[in-house]
Amino acid sequence: MFDYTFQWNQALARLPRMLDGAVVTLEVAVLSMLIGIVFAMILTLMRLSDSRPLKAIAATWIEIARNTPALLQIYMAHFGVASFGIHFSPFTSLLIGITFNNAGYLAENFRGALKAIPDTQARAGRSLGMSSLQSFRYIIVPQMLRISFLPMTNQMVWAVLMTSLGVTVGMNTDLYGVTQDLNALTFRTFELFAIAAVIFYIITKIITLGARLIASRLFRY
Amino acid sequence: MIEIQNVHKSFGQLEVLKGIDLTVSKGEVVTVIGGSGSGKSTLLTCINGLEPINSGKILVDGVEVHAKSTNVNALRQKIGIVFQQWNAFPHLTVIENVILAPRKVLGMGKAEAEAIAEKQLRHVGLGDKLTTYPSRLSGGQQQRMAIARALAMSPDYMLFDEVTSALDPQLVGEVLETLKMLAEEGMTMICVTHEMGFARDVSNRVAYFHKGIMAEIGAPAQLFGDPQHPETRSFLASVR
Ligand SMILES: Nc1ncnc2c1ncn2[C@@H]1O[C@H](COP(=O)(O)OP(=O)(O)O)[C@@H](O)[C@H]1O
Ligand SMILES: [Mg+2]
Repeated sequence: MFDYTFQWNQALARLPRMLDGAVVTLEVAVLSMLIGIVFAMILTLMRLSDSRPLKAIAATWIEIARNTPALLQIYMAHFGVASFGIHFSPFTSLLIGITFNNAGYLAENFRGALKAIPDTQARAGRSLGMSSLQSFRYIIVPQMLRISFLPMTNQMVWAVLMTSLGVTVGMNTDLYGVTQDLNALTFRTFELFAIAAVIFYIITKIITLGARLIASRLFRY
Repeated sequence: MIEIQNVHKSFGQLEVLKGIDLTVSKGEVVTVIGGSGSGKSTLLTCINGLEPINSGKILVDGVEVHAKSTNVNALRQKIGIVFQQWNAFPHLTVIENVILAPRKVLGMGKAEAEAIAEKQLRHVGLGDKLTTYPSRLSGGQQQRMAIARALAMSPDYMLFDEVTSALDPQLVGEVLETLKMLAEEGMTMICVTHEMGFARDVSNRVAYFHKGIMAEIGAPAQLFGDPQHPETRSFLASVR
């Protein structure tokens, strides 16, 4: 019944290609986080604005991002928009999908962080002659980032794992895509995916430990 | 000069200021006393334009605070305000708290801003706390830092809103000493306070607020010694 012979050497020979894939995975995750943070900030400001349409757009984005499968969001960013004649490469679609998801989750976190900062902080800034935007930028945002730092770290880990969904839109240069292609070639299924799992694990561990180090450097108050 | 002319201010249905008239000249110290909810804080936040008013006028050096054409950010550089809750910026060290506005609002260079901040911080007795984070300071120290932060903008006027009310009793003295020092240096100040001793010793005039009206104003000796308004009498009796 159990007659599978492990052939680690065959799988390990493919390690360099998998590591190249890991670099692409990190690229997508990092980009999606950076752009996601910017969009989350914009969504947060939209929610704070007095404009009903802006508020509604932000709320819709956040609701969809948090209450539909990430797979669906990535699929939409590729095949969904293709229905309207918009064609993105698998890389771009994956990036858009994950960024959309990140921005929604982060905006929600930012909102919670904002609630934790008393109104009197911004008022103190304005009393010193700072504009609302300056108060936001120099007084509120730094405190928001500290409060949201742990959730942001979690989202970064999540972004790395979400890259695996790229295979559904034809992505084959990231860690998961590469592994799947190699599997089709060699049929060393267990070995290849076990190695991929270890690489994913190492990446996410480095992120959490790195974040902890950065936090201890950055937030000394 | 700060000129407050027949100012009315409401929050929704609630009229909080019911026609306030008050002129504060350069170098004058006016303290405002009165029961809680009488509109004292609201008046201060109207003076620096943090709150809009419904009617009347407030002029600071002849500039109408609530006129549409007025640049309130520029105006606020002239008017320092310190609140009961000192609002230290927790993510910045003491000196960073103080240089933030001079750098971002006045566009000052780092070295110049730091020199000014250091001078102001020494002035309020925090010369040895420059690189400390506010969370390591006592309430009195944080409040003095907030005063230095306001002074670093070289304001012509200072507004103080019950700056000792949130402090432990043993810390009140050090902050009052700082205010006294500023008064002696000739700073124009409006101080809302519950410290009757301070009001008596430091102010040129004391104003008594009652339910949105300035019921009485006069020299400390007159207001404390011979209050004219029955409400002033009962208020003073209650705080003694
Ligand atoms: N932002 C606000 N919104 C609604 N009501 C307010 C606001 N600020 C103050 N008030 C009300 O205005 C009245 C005067 O408040 P305030 O000026 O703070 O009084 P004081 O400083 O003399 O204690 C109070 O009844 C208070 O509840
Ligand atoms: Mg008050």
